[in-house]
Amino acid sequence: MAAAGRRDAPEPPDFGILKRLARDQLVYLLEQLPGKKDLFIEADLMSPLDRIANVSILKFYACEMVLEEEGVFGDVTCDEWSFYLLPLDEDIISMELPEFFRDYFLEGDHRWINPVARALQLLNSLYGPFGKAHGIGRCAKASVSPVAVLWLQPRPGTLYPSQMSHELWQDLEEESEGEGQGRKPEIGHVFLMDRDVDYVTALCSQVVYEGLVDDTFRIKCGSVDFGPDVTSSDKSIKVLLNSQDKVFSQIRNEHFSRVFGFLSQKSRNLQTQYDRRRGMDIKQMKDFVSQELKGLKQEHRLLSLHIGACESIMKKKTKQDFQETIKAEHSLLEGFDIRESTSFIEEHIDRQVSPIESLRLMCLLSLTENGESLAVLGWSGTTRPQPWHRTHLVLPTGLIPKDYRSLKTQYLQSYGPEHLLTFHNLKRMGLLTEQSAGETLTAVESKVSKLVTDRAAGKITDAFNSLARKSNFRAISKKLGLIPRLDGEYDLKMPRDMAYVFGGAYVPLSCKIIEQVLERRGWQGLEEVARLLNGNEFSVSDSTVEDNPACESQRVILAVFLGGCTFSEISALRFLGKERGCKFIFLTTAITNSARMMEAMIEAKA
Amino acid sequence: MSRARADEEEYWHSSKFRAFTFDDEDDELSQLKESKRAVNSLRDIVDDDDDDLERVSWSGEPVGSISWSIKETASGSTSSLESRDSSLQKGSSSYAAFPKQVSSYSLSSLFKALTDTGVKNYAPELRRPKAEYKDYSSDWSPKDTVRRMQRGKVCSLERFRSLQDKLVLLDEAVAGHDGNVITAVLIFLKRTLRREILFRELEVRQVALCHLIHFLKETGEQKFLLDLLRFLDRTEEVALSQYREHLNIQDVEKRREFLKGCIGLPFSAEDTSHIQDHYTLLERQIIIEANDRHLEMAGQSEIFRKYPRKASILNMPLVTTLFYSCFYHYREAEGTFSSPTNLKKTFKIPDKQYVLTALAARAKLRAWDDVDALLTTKNWLGYTKKKAPIGFHRLVEILQRNNAPVQVLQEYVRLVEDVETRLNLATKYKCHDVVIETYRDLKDRIQLTAYKCKVERGSAEEEQINSILNNTVRTAYFFFTRLSSETDVANPVEELSTCEGACLAVGLSVKAETAKSSPEPTEQLCYYSLHDQRLSVTVGARGLWDSGIQAG
Repeated sequence: MAAAGRRDAPEPPDFGILKRLARDQLVYLLEQLPGKKDLFIEADLMSPLDRIANVSILKFYACEMVLEEEGVFGDVTCDEWSFYLLPLDEDIISMELPEFFRDYFLEGDHRWINPVARALQLLNSLYGPFGKAHGIGRCAKASVSPVAVLWLQPRPGTLYPSQMSHELWQDLEEESEGEGQGRKPEIGHVFLMDRDVDYVTALCSQVVYEGLVDDTFRIKCGSVDFGPDVTSSDKSIKVLLNSQDKVFSQIRNEHFSRVFGFLSQKSRNLQTQYDRRRGMDIKQMKDFVSQELKGLKQEHRLLSLHIGACESIMKKKTKQDFQETIKAEHSLLEGFDIRESTSFIEEHIDRQVSPIESLRLMCLLSLTENGESLAVLGWSGTTRPQPWHRTHLVLPTGLIPKDYRSLKTQYLQSYGPEHLLTFHNLKRMGLLTEQSAGETLTAVESKVSKLVTDRAAGKITDAFNSLARKSNFRAISKKLGLIPRLDGEYDLKMPRDMAYVFGGAYVPLSCKIIEQVLERRGWQGLEEVARLLNGNEFSVSDSTVEDNPACESQRVILAVFLGGCTFSEISALRFLGKERGCKFIFLTTAITNSARMMEAMIEAKA
Repeated sequence: MSRARADEEEYWHSSKFRAFTFDDEDDELSQLKESKRAVNSLRDIVDDDDDDLERVSWSGEPVGSISWSIKETASGSTSSLESRDSSLQKGSSSYAAFPKQVSSYSLSSLFKALTDTGVKNYAPELRRPKAEYKDYSSDWSPKDTVRRMQRGKVCSLERFRSLQDKLVLLDEAVAGHDGNVITAVLIFLKRTLRREILFRELEVRQVALCHLIHFLKETGEQKFLLDLLRFLDRTEEVALSQYREHLNIQDVEKRREFLKGCIGLPFSAEDTSHIQDHYTLLERQIIIEANDRHLEMAGQSEIFRKYPRKASILNMPLVTTLFYSCFYHYREAEGTFSSPTNLKKTFKIPDKQYVLTALAARAKLRAWDDVDALLTTKNWLGYTKKKAPIGFHRLVEILQRNNAPVQVLQEYVRLVEDVETRLNLATKYKCHDVVIETYRDLKDRIQLTAYKCKVERGSAEEEQINSILNNTVRTAYFFFTRLSSETDVANPVEELSTCEGACLAVGLSVKAETAKSSPEPTEQLCYYSLHDQRLSVTVGARGLWDSGIQAG
């Protein structure tokens, strides 16, 4: 890429205000109530609250219904602290809604769409109107529709989603009176994406540093607990991982293989700086101690932490045959040696290696398997298929029945029969499916219509395998060139595309879509891709905001992930931003990874 | 001023729109002071949190907390009480306060900064808890009702009495994309409609249907849920949903009974067999558990004395059960429920899975003979052969993890097909014999010589290396002496090819030292061979012969 044409990426908007806003709102709410207060806080809320207000001692738990049932409702005052957005870093805002994924994509519950829409509205009014909105996915579309009206100023000739009713429009206009007017837009584009548009990327093993740390230690609300194996002492340390950490900020987006080199270079530099002490006179020494020593000490501490983390990751990964797992994954993505990968997964299951890991690999196998497969989902076959059903029919590929059955049987034997329920969930989601053998598209379609008309024939099992669609990942991958052609080794030191986040083997689909749509300023020319992704794509623009690429804000892009996004995706888009001279900022319902997704599918033991 | 205020108030109250109330200035001020103090104190702590490294590791110490700020504000509770009362008097329309005060940082500055963008969205609903909001007006249209609910206001739905109205309300809720509102309307519908009618209407409203199903799952209204699924003819879901209940049954006997009942549920054929297996497995586990607990208590059985059980086998997966039975009941006859072969037969466990599990169990007990037996197969001629269900390299790792002695390990390392993997494993696990053999077969003198430093001085392995090295060298030496004494060799080329490296070395050393009549001792030859080994490969036997001649 020509460096000459590269512009410096603009600064992201200041998200600190969000934190302050939330904190002040909470304090304000609390002040409204007289007397001493007992706060009941659900355990899940502690981490985000901690980030906002530094709360340490709070008693917890309650829920309105319980209160009501217990007859104490009147004694308790309920109030809602509308807390939507937690800035995890200067470019990441999380809504801390990990439930979104299961509730929406598995259960079809829309309860979180409104918060997403409200979050967008809040961002819109804080940082000025968004110029252009693109997106793909049913949920993305749904959350935009109420909000589109809010963020796009009412002007004749503007495009709005058709389902917008006039009344709602009026009402929202009324409510948004004066809002955003005259505010300098700080965010040029917004791109919304449903997680189910691209499950594959989220299921891959992460190999950029931040992703690996998340996969290995679980980053929670932007901080991580490093255990004794990392700290090489007997206590755990909670570490905030963000751009403030001078060491972390330089390695977070790097491929893991590059991290060692960096850390050792850094340690050497540090050593030299320490060594300067020798031969200093008193005054110099005094300056050194007062000015530099603290910084050096801090750096030293951070360095030793990250080195410890690297060691621990290496140890764990070697134990888990990480290299072989990655190899199997890459074969799946590229679509060769399917047999070999299948037996690799079988062996995993037989040896009772982690149930989550086995499940993840099976899902990857199913999603990437080539074949004329048919999909599933949400629709029982007893009613007319609604457009809604299609939203869940994403990447509906699947395993050939023989493989599906044998893997499932082995899995149940290794990890427990109750996982039957897990398999059912995965099937509903389209994550792990079985091809219906030998049925062509038309045959199934006629079958569907027969089922629809003939309710008595509504055999569920058949219907579950019904709505027809061809295997898509292969086709999409080919169309978008997701597997880079390689002459020789992929140079991880000088990555040439976003594939570096997966060791040069695969360009994350989600990020590629964003890149393409932004490049084309819409979906023109991507009709086929959109069709393969099951549609629901959209682009809306606000005619009042000038479409001036020279304008700084035009180069600030808000990427919204509904159902979670991974650190690998964030790294990939940060890379893209650097290449193109723009700045990506992220709004996600939660930070996710393969393990979290799989865990959400597992039926909890009561 | 007060007049203007009164007008203003009147205006707001007459309006049907929600609006802000600009509260009494005094109240506002005192409140603000409180909040400023609280926020400032929080700020210090929080800001500290932003830069200082130490606070990164908050080790549970309550540094500064909300509770502190609450204490602070509690003292000012009188004023907030007053303000609360005053707002109560003003009626339900005032729900947000809008501070006017400007100060450096605190709420006011924040809200102030936001005035131009519309404050309504930022000022939280205050003064009156939400529960107290009641909407007494009765003329909201379904759409308005839904919109009000979306904004978190409590609305009475009681007046939607006709089915028509209820359905319009539901459709509006769905169109509004707010799941909470949809669920709220559904709860109302569920309460006020006969099941059949509700089900019938939901059948054509898929989004709403999903919400109701999810709601029923969450609240655990199992019976209602099953009725609904049955009505929809979703028989498989009915079965799964019923089966799911077993997770809540703690008592094993009850659980077993329950699972027995599940077998007849309308699962797919495939799943029915899984359910059957689940039941059989638990049944077995109950029997095994009772027996083994007895055995363990009695203290008669050696294996239980030596390796007391860490947990009960109840509700464990099949593979774990098999492992358990291979561990404690390996030699039992097939007739007993706890014997591994019985389990294998009953549950049709594939060979591979069986061998793997048995292997792990026997290795854990360090019963290496059993391990060997598991891996040995006889062909029809009676020859024995080692066969592993997984790659030998993986097998070696399993054994190694169980601290298998080198003698056991190396037998299997030897069977690893890929030379490089074999060498790696052998080196890693110090199977010297295998390394030496492999290098010998590869005729790799350099590596072999280099390996010498990895074995113990004076050990048998070192001797072996020396002897291999000497052997080849001796041949060369022999050959060389014959050359120099110019005796005839029957087939020198053939003889040479057996010891190329050494030979070349000898040849070259001789050449270099211009035909000393007697070559240096073997040490030096080795040295030369180290450097010229690569040459020997390319030169080939004939070349060697030639160079040998020339040298000679």
